[in-house]
Amino acid sequence: MATSVRISTKKNLDRRGFLRVSSIAGGGMMIAVYAPELEAMAAKLSGNTKNTRRADYTPNAFIKITPDNIITITSKNPEIGQGVKTHLSMVIADELDVDWKDVRIVQGDHNPAIYGGQGAGGSTATPQNWNYLRQVGAYGRSLLVAAAAATWSVPESELTTASGTVFHKASNRSMKYGALADKAATLVPAAQLNQQALAALTTLKLKDPSEYKIIGTKVPGYDTHKIVTGQPLYGIDFTMPGMLYATYVKCAVFAGKATSANLDEIKKEPGIRHAFILEEPAPQLGQNGTPMPRNLAGLLSGVAIIGDSWWQVQSAKKKLNVQWDEGTTVNDSSAGFHATAETLSKGTPNRNLRKDGDFAAAYASAAKKVDAMYFIPFISHAPLEPQNTTALFKDGKLELWSATQQPTSGRQLVVNTLNIKTEDITLHIMRSGGGFGRRLTNDYMVEAAAIAKAVPGVPVKLLWTREEDIQHDFYRPVQWHYFSGGVDAAGKLVAWRDHYMSTGPDANTFGNSAAIGNNEFPARFIRNFQLEASIIPSGVPTGALRAPGSNGIAFAVQCYIDELAEAAKKDPVEFRRDLLSQWQADAPPPAPAGGAGGPPGGGGRGGPGGPGGQPQFDAGRMRAVLDLVAEKAGWGKTTLPKGTGMGVAFHYSHLGYFAEVVQATVSKAGAITVNKVWCVGDVGSQVINPLHAENQAQGGILDGLAEALGQEITIEKGRVVQTNFGTNANQFALLRIRQACPVEINFLKTNNPPTGLGEPMLPPAVAGLVNAVYAATGKRVRALPLSKADLKWG
Amino acid sequence: MPVTFKLNGKSTTVDVAADTPLLWVLRDTLNYKGTKFGCGVGQCGACTVQRAGVAVRSCQLKISTLEGADIKTIEGLSADGTHALQKAWEELDVPQCGYCQAGQIMSAASLLDKNPNPSDADIDAAMNGNICRCATYIRIRAGIKRAAEIKRGAGAQPASGGKPDGRPEDAPVDGRPRSLFETAR
Repeated sequence: MATSVRISTKKNLDRRGFLRVSSIAGGGMMIAVYAPELEAMAAKLSGNTKNTRRADYTPNAFIKITPDNIITITSKNPEIGQGVKTHLSMVIADELDVDWKDVRIVQGDHNPAIYGGQGAGGSTATPQNWNYLRQVGAYGRSLLVAAAAATWSVPESELTTASGTVFHKASNRSMKYGALADKAATLVPAAQLNQQALAALTTLKLKDPSEYKIIGTKVPGYDTHKIVTGQPLYGIDFTMPGMLYATYVKCAVFAGKATSANLDEIKKEPGIRHAFILEEPAPQLGQNGTPMPRNLAGLLSGVAIIGDSWWQVQSAKKKLNVQWDEGTTVNDSSAGFHATAETLSKGTPNRNLRKDGDFAAAYASAAKKVDAMYFIPFISHAPLEPQNTTALFKDGKLELWSATQQPTSGRQLVVNTLNIKTEDITLHIMRSGGGFGRRLTNDYMVEAAAIAKAVPGVPVKLLWTREEDIQHDFYRPVQWHYFSGGVDAAGKLVAWRDHYMSTGPDANTFGNSAAIGNNEFPARFIRNFQLEASIIPSGVPTGALRAPGSNGIAFAVQCYIDELAEAAKKDPVEFRRDLLSQWQADAPPPAPAGGAGGPPGGGGRGGPGGPGGQPQFDAGRMRAVLDLVAEKAGWGKTTLPKGTGMGVAFHYSHLGYFAEVVQATVSKAGAITVNKVWCVGDVGSQVINPLHAENQAQGGILDGLAEALGQEITIEKGRVVQTNFGTNANQFALLRIRQACPVEINFLKTNNPPTGLGEPMLPPAVAGLVNAVYAATGKRVRALPLSKADLKWG
Repeated sequence: MPVTFKLNGKSTTVDVAADTPLLWVLRDTLNYKGTKFGCGVGQCGACTVQRAGVAVRSCQLKISTLEGADIKTIEGLSADGTHALQKAWEELDVPQCGYCQAGQIMSAASLLDKNPNPSDADIDAAMNGNICRCATYIRIRAGIKRAAEIKRGAGAQPASGGKPDGRPEDAPVDGRPRSLFETAR
């Protein structure tokens, strides 16, 4: 039971925000919270301080309390498997002081005018909502307490709450929230509501963590029962009467154009109603009237086939014959990109991102020097539910049912592309069968909308094949790191240079998520530090994949640090401890030179921890997780046989501090078995739902191992070589259960605000495994995936 | 040509193109959406159903070959969602995105029918064709073992089904007792 708190009006107010409490027809109350501060905080965390002011007031939470004592919470963000629908509702319910069994959660449609930001990306949901949702819950509780006080004519200070009930112990009376809701809804005169309610939000006493009844407990996912009984939940499951099915065939070479096709023949195939070519829309005009670059994440030219069933559409597609204009990137190849990188590495970098001290002098005088090139390939997101959207264009209005991580940008893309007004679009957010960043890009949504617009009045479900998903992704960008560094006679890391490269549309512009920030570790910890970058022109579309930037950078940096540790004749953990305690630059890093490109994480993924904008990290917090993981894993205390080794790595991203130790065995024939991973993560003072948090962290680490072990997308003749899932060299290898080792998750609780868990556990797993392989075999792998390396030994 | 087969115990007749895979008959003709499409080439297992009790990939089964077949989907695994695997999956909260889980459960159900007490190696062998992109494999293994216990009638089932079970306890989901939490020193 929490004690009652009186609403205070003392605090100075931000009048831009307000709460709205209203009655519900049929009884009950609804609380809507309008809080522009939330938007400002999100922008601050992401390093984007522009556009923090919103013209409209947007509520960030909705709670309904009805006379049946049921609490209905609207979940506004897309659920993609990160558990947000459950855990953010837990936060509200705990402060409201209701029982979880009385809580119902409904998915909100896309409506930023009502809900504010609605997205899934950047591990941002928890840090953005933790304070607000607790305040919202506590405010709701305070209104119900006030209603009970008025009903009984007793002071609020004599009232307590528990399990959705207000108690007056002195007179042994109690009332359920459901019975108080009507009164609570009318308690505060509307004219006073804004001022009073906002003051309440900032001055209400929140529960002490020891009083939590739901936060910190193991709560199963709200939809788990529906999932295990096969009930329709996902975008692909949506259906409606009269719905037709569509396929959309694009050029295998990225952004190629369909010039003609045997459409008349296709229309004669069984069940086929329509077949037509959609043109890529003309580029939008910029402010000075010149055309903007092509939007390769928008509607591209292709052939739509619409029919009575998806299988009929697929059968007809086999007979489709298209003449393509393959465009200018038809000669792109992975081998060509490598050759360009090698050439660029010998020249002057395109841009200097950071320069501390005098690298050249320190390197020249270093006792030991290490030069190494690290390579990270393109990989595909491959969420298990293929891309899909159902669309109905009728009487000038468009309705969409879509599994998307970024509904707002999807709707904007449709507006920009199809000349449909924002207010004429209704977008229903469907559960996603995985996201991993793929559904931050809404190309499939605009395709469905364009196809539906061509056949007004008929609902159409566009569903991609797996082959289309693998071959038309926005790939995790390639990275090359050309490192030079050195240690002094005492084994101290004194010089570090990284000439970083990735791809982009031209030699001066990084692709989406392809840039590197100038703040990435070990920047600030080495006096003589130089970070430079160059860009390899490419037609391969790129985008954010779980822990964007970090998923490659951590591999390169944490493996290269092991090489330097060996040069210094130091243990890898000890060497990292030394590094964390070295000199730290106080000054903020210089502004990135070179202009174009900007930080990665475009497509909305530039949230906290995006390599461009992440706040400087706290060496003490990293040291603590490193120390604890070494202890948990028995680092340095276990004698392992030849062929078995341990590797360590740490990484900071998305405001989370993670250190991991991987133990792996490599057979003499070179086959890798990962035996175990130990993980210590610091995501602040509170893990909201430990049941899901452990699952999420284990899955993220196994995802990292999968990337390291076998994932690669290769390019030949401007197109992707891989076509589907599979284990042979030319298919895309997702992790299978045989490769899944035990993963021990430990959370180190610290006195810091809770932060997100969608991503930061992933990056250290990649480097940890590669360092373990080195410890096992003496073979240093500098290019992923490991499946391409010769690891035979003995 | 019409094809008649048994679906979740009921005789069902469909008349679609002979080469239509069972997956699409289930999803689009019969509106059974529990069976999922992942790859279309039998590599991911999202479309797993049982044919005469054996786990099969429905994307690889042409409807013309199924005259008289006995097919069971996730919707027919239990009348009310209380198959031991469904109970165990809820108890341990196995899913993340959940998209693959119907296929996982159908494969696991075939395994448990043949082998009521599978080892890790048995599980890995039987389940290797079912991809979980979220990599919930640790809980899938634990879930199958827990379901085996439930089937044997061993161990009372802790509270679950959307209800928190009190303060965070250290009961592990993977069989190793320990705490998830440490306090900063």
